Amino acid sequence: MAAEAGKTVDITGAMVTEPVALGDWLVVAPVAIPLIAGAFLLMYRKETRIHAGVATIAFALTFLTEIGLLMRVASDGPLVMTMGRWLPPFGICFSADILGASFAAVSGFIALVCSAYAARDINNVGRRYGFYPFLLLMMAGVAGAFLTGDIFNLYVWFEVLLISSFGLLILGSEKEQLDGATKYALLNLVATTLFLIGTGYLYGTFGTLNMADIARKADDLRATGPLMTLAGLYLLAFGMKAAAFPVNFWLPASYHTPRIVTSAIFAGLLTKVGVYALMRTLVMLLPPERDVLGQTIAWVAVGTMIIGILGALAQSDIRRLLGFVVISGIGTMMAGLALGSPLGLSGAMLYAVHSMLAMTGLYLVAGLMREQSGSFSLHEVSGLYRDNPLLAGAALLLILAASGLPPMSGLWPKVFLVKASLDVGAWWLAAAILVTGLLTTIALGRVFALAFWRNGDGENSGSVDGPKMQLGYAAVLAILVPVAFLGLYPEPAMLLTDAAAAGLLDSSAYVEAVFPQGRP
Amino acid sequence: MEVALSVTVAIFFAVSIYLMLSKHIIRIVIGVAILSNAVNLLIFTAGRVVREVPPIIPVDAYQPLGETANPLPQALILTAIVISFSFFAFLLVLAYRAYQTLGTDDTDEMRLAEPKGEGLPPLGY
Repeated sequence: MAAEAGKTVDITGAMVTEPVALGDWLVVAPVAIPLIAGAFLLMYRKETRIHAGVATIAFALTFLTEIGLLMRVASDGPLVMTMGRWLPPFGICFSADILGASFAAVSGFIALVCSAYAARDINNVGRRYGFYPFLLLMMAGVAGAFLTGDIFNLYVWFEVLLISSFGLLILGSEKEQLDGATKYALLNLVATTLFLIGTGYLYGTFGTLNMADIARKADDLRATGPLMTLAGLYLLAFGMKAAAFPVNFWLPASYHTPRIVTSAIFAGLLTKVGVYALMRTLVMLLPPERDVLGQTIAWVAVGTMIIGILGALAQSDIRRLLGFVVISGIGTMMAGLALGSPLGLSGAMLYAVHSMLAMTGLYLVAGLMREQSGSFSLHEVSGLYRDNPLLAGAALLLILAASGLPPMSGLWPKVFLVKASLDVGAWWLAAAILVTGLLTTIALGRVFALAFWRNGDGENSGSVDGPKMQLGYAAVLAILVPVAFLGLYPEPAMLLTDAAAAGLLDSSAYVEAVFPQGRP
Repeated sequence: MEVALSVTVAIFFAVSIYLMLSKHIIRIVIGVAILSNAVNLLIFTAGRVVREVPPIIPVDAYQPLGETANPLPQALILTAIVISFSFFAFLLVLAYRAYQTLGTDDTDEMRLAEPKGEGLPPLGY
């Protein structure tokens, strides 16, 4: 207002006045870099030669910033940045804590590996249909969901990753894809709409959407507000996104239809975003409501584990079998959420990290197996060990990881979860986790026995060498390194997830980072 | 006013759930569209309905004087409308393509990705 030029207005009560420190940009970089690269590749959609290179460089940069963010958050506590300089709760915050930053870092790593794998797997037609822009935008959505500190903003990131995942899912427009994508799209849209319903009620109750603000106001509103309704709606909505039983049926209907690298990245990341949102809303924002729902979540967890793995036992298509293994892994994470103890949550987070890596790796291995043998069906794949012992070794290690057997990464989170269950006397939950481990060993062990050891009559046609195969091996090896590291030397990861669980259970550091010195 | 809006929201939810229980994709898609409109109205109602007093702060004040309309629910709804509109457009095209390719919009018959009677995996060598 020109007329007011003489009058100085004190804006320190409403806006951030000091410039943002250079290091603080780390918190938005994991979203900004893929968004910019995705927009760039959309403009150069027809220049398919540059797609793989640009995307892989962007994912490498993103991964580096995510590592930097994780190191910063692990040493200095939650890092907050407010959009448009408006002070929270009015400005939308990005607030990274250890949980969000570590999930973002692992997802960034998986995106990098899958982007490299896709360079050999996605042909020019797929690229012209926009595989890489979709992948970049989806990863922007995933990182945004992990790092945002505003619940409506979380909804927006869910939609960003959802619409990009539609694009990836129907790439190729095959009959199976249209069928699977229809179910995936409708059911996921209903899930996000349920999330939006919960958010509408939450805004009506709290008058704020900032997560830190919600966390500190929840205690005062508990007597009057319908917080139990909110917790129930969020459990249903995010349970549906995470593919928890009995709202898991979109996953086996669709995850085996797209390109194998798309399946790999979906199986690794998308359901875990749902698990992350469950942890964030139920454990950090509404902990007493989570205690009330604990028994329900525990039975959901048992159902998801057992039904998931029984589904896997009945499948003859390797990709569909793996889809059911993903579901049963979600059940294991839900078990940690049901317990709600520091050890249980830490185990659930470690399991989520392990599951992201192991499931992506298994799908990539399935893709390589298909290239060797020409099929995904257990009736047809055989004799791969004779032709390709290297692939057999990688597959065996990943199968050990997914089954929770030493020396790979699946062992420790299951140990934590079993111990946490026994600590509170929930022997049936511990039994479900162990039985699921046994059934997973049987289901995946049978894949190994049939596909690798069985003496087939036919010759496997694919070549074992060549640069194309080597890039595939490199991608699987890159996944195997952290999987083996988590199994052999879990100490650093355990410390990290313990700190993340503590930060989630006691949100005071998170609130303090968003509202320094108890500012209103 | 709130009561009337709440009843409208309830009717919207009922209609959308009824439509989504159908077997036919096109009805489900319309149900989802109505569901998103129900949610928009819900956010609007939950954000408190106030007479049309614009939320403008007078020149010499730091806060609005008296009760004003809340602009935030409208911003939320606007975001949600844009998202649900684009999703609806995508879903319509997807449903049409699926109908063209699969020759049916009956969900019971859309079994291409999960064929019936696939049988068990091999139980021995």
